[in-house]
Amino acid sequence: MIRGIIIGVLAVGVAGTAYWGYQEHREKNAILINAENNYQRAFHDLTYEMDLLHDKIGTTLAMNSRQSLSPSLVEVWRLTSEAHNDVGQLPLTLLPFNKTEEFLAQIGKFSYQTAVRDLDKEPLSDEEYDTLKVLYKQSGDIQNELRKVQHMVLENNLRWMDVELALASGKETTDNTIIDGFKTVEKTVSGYDESDFGPSFTNMQNKDENYNKIKGKRISEKEAISIAKKYMKFDGNAEVKVTENGKGSDFGFYSVSIRNKKTGQEGSMDITKKAGYPIWFINYREVDKQKISLNDANLKAAAFLKENGYKNLELFESMQYDNTGVFNFVTSENKIRIYPEAIKVEVALDNGNIIGFSAEEYLKSLNDKRKIEKPVLTSEQARKKVNPRFKVMEERQAIIVNDLNKEVLCYEFLGTIDDDTYRIFINAADGTEEEVEKLKNAEEVYDEVI
Amino acid sequence: MVPLTFLDDNKALAFSNQVVQQGAVGEDVIELQSRLQYLGFYNRKIDGVFGWSTYWALRNFQYEFGLPIDGLAGAETKAKLVKASKYDKNFVKEQINKGNKFTHYGGVDKKKQSAPQPKAPAKAPAKAPAQTPAKTGSTKQAAPKQAAPKQAAPKQAAPPKQAAPPKQAAPKAPNKPTAANTPGGFSSNDIQLMANAVYGEARGEPYTGQVAVAAVILNRVNSVSFPNTVSGVIFEPGAFTAVADGQIWLTPNEQAKKAVLDAINGIDPTGEALYYFNPATATSKWIWSRPQIKRIGKHIFCE
Repeated sequence: MIRGIIIGVLAVGVAGTAYWGYQEHREKNAILINAENNYQRAFHDLTYEMDLLHDKIGTTLAMNSRQSLSPSLVEVWRLTSEAHNDVGQLPLTLLPFNKTEEFLAQIGKFSYQTAVRDLDKEPLSDEEYDTLKVLYKQSGDIQNELRKVQHMVLENNLRWMDVELALASGKETTDNTIIDGFKTVEKTVSGYDESDFGPSFTNMQNKDENYNKIKGKRISEKEAISIAKKYMKFDGNAEVKVTENGKGSDFGFYSVSIRNKKTGQEGSMDITKKAGYPIWFINYREVDKQKISLNDANLKAAAFLKENGYKNLELFESMQYDNTGVFNFVTSENKIRIYPEAIKVEVALDNGNIIGFSAEEYLKSLNDKRKIEKPVLTSEQARKKVNPRFKVMEERQAIIVNDLNKEVLCYEFLGTIDDDTYRIFINAADGTEEEVEKLKNAEEVYDEVI
Repeated sequence: MVPLTFLDDNKALAFSNQVVQQGAVGEDVIELQSRLQYLGFYNRKIDGVFGWSTYWALRNFQYEFGLPIDGLAGAETKAKLVKASKYDKNFVKEQINKGNKFTHYGGVDKKKQSAPQPKAPAKAPAKAPAQTPAKTGSTKQAAPKQAAPKQAAPKQAAPPKQAAPPKQAAPKAPNKPTAANTPGGFSSNDIQLMANAVYGEARGEPYTGQVAVAAVILNRVNSVSFPNTVSGVIFEPGAFTAVADGQIWLTPNEQAKKAVLDAINGIDPTGEALYYFNPATATSKWIWSRPQIKRIGKHIFCE
């Protein structure tokens, strides 16, 4: 009897403890993941900011006028302080990381001092320009090292909590890539613009225009289907589903999804209700081995646009990602490029079919009544506004959307400073340096590191 | 696409028939860069990606050789290039595979006879010694027998090493560019991180639904009410369930990566949504109050 009770009590006790233990374990895991996520964020933010910093210093090198130089230096200053902050959040208390922090502080100081100075009265001296160049190179080295570490972290699913445990227990000898990586970063201390997607990017503020500039009749669902079929090359016996936009959307559109059961082809497309312009479409399938060249694909993309009634488009950028080619077209009127009107076309390099299309920016900026004024400055005058170290290789006129969200006519200069290529826009009316963009070089593949 | 290839002169033996244009990746680009470097027009890494440096190098070449300057490696340009330069495929591939930094000038002695470009002689010697220390391995085997008469005096390893490979019948190296195109504004690591998030959040969804999740991340990066970095958005506490429960660390497949690239290239299936939720599992009431834009797969996207 008593034995029975004791067994019963003990059993309940064991079960209770097990349950409690399990709860504790879950809580501990949840907290671990949380802490881990915070470290991950700080780390990825740090690498991202180093990317930005490197590019920003690069663009600063290419700038000439005070109006754009000061804000750019301020931006550098801001980025250094953010990167500094991120370093501070990493569990590196036991690691020597002071060199990197020193470096960041150095850039911060330099950019602050030059940014607040009146650069019209006292422009950057040659020494300062050289300093900037050195900083540019150093930030590039750090960026590269950090990217390598980042690649390893992502590839091998490394955990910061493990680093912390390793550091705490003093067992550094185990293969700890993160620690080793950061040591390299530290030793070397001796790209991408934040929300700056190049001149063809229409930014968020612009977005509320809701395709107001499109003119045309409202289309029916049936018309939407036939447009989708025409663009994505579906034949008659495909399965179609159309839905209208929900209430949350700022503008009216139909979403069409089509499936061909026989071939397995699947497409989706959004079409404006007004005038029936496709906003984007995806014609998804696995792409086989590359059979046609990027150039052939380019011709296909151009033909596709022409066939569907898009006029005056000119190729502005082409890129190959694995087996697909992506082509960025912009309107070109009388040889003046209108960057806001950009369309991207994605071509499969196995058979040359169009598998992706995006005209959001194009539709938002489309304006056939745009009046292009004659430039006030001559091209020679504009050229003088450009950094003297900049070697101009190509020149044309172009319309871009500037910081104030206005369309402005500019002289566009494409050229190089040392090994880097830049695109510089000089306002054709008053000579303001509207935009300086550092163009991307191909990125190293870090696979061999592992 | 066929007509162009017929124009091709057979002199361009090594190149394939394609016209090489900016943005291209692959074997032809490696050859193009090697040949341009041989002639002294291109002095960066031979990485198999037709980027800006290659573009300018090619244009300079076209200018010097009196060709139409279009930055395209078409039939005529390729024929001229082949005539003016030498390309040792095996050597170049071998160096790329070893991860060596190198410059491809051919045997220096050969170059002196054949390089018509005045720039080349000046540049070549300057570059070669600087690059050599990195790759000591192959120098030793080749140095003694290879006749590199004029350059033999200094002990630099450069001339022998570069002349050597022709004799050594290197194994056929798999061709692989050592760099990759990434869209402006994003590093390949950013893309990887986003692919992780997309895979963790939407791996059971149709492809369009995956693009949509990536597009929401980008919309948030661009929105003033969210962090300004990809990692900031993804790791924002409570923002994505896949992050909170650790599913983000599953290894993403190629499809997820492709979806991310599509989203970065401007395809936004969501109609500029900033939120989405799965009505079957959503626990927050607040999310139902957001104005909804559309539904893709299991997710409802809202403003």
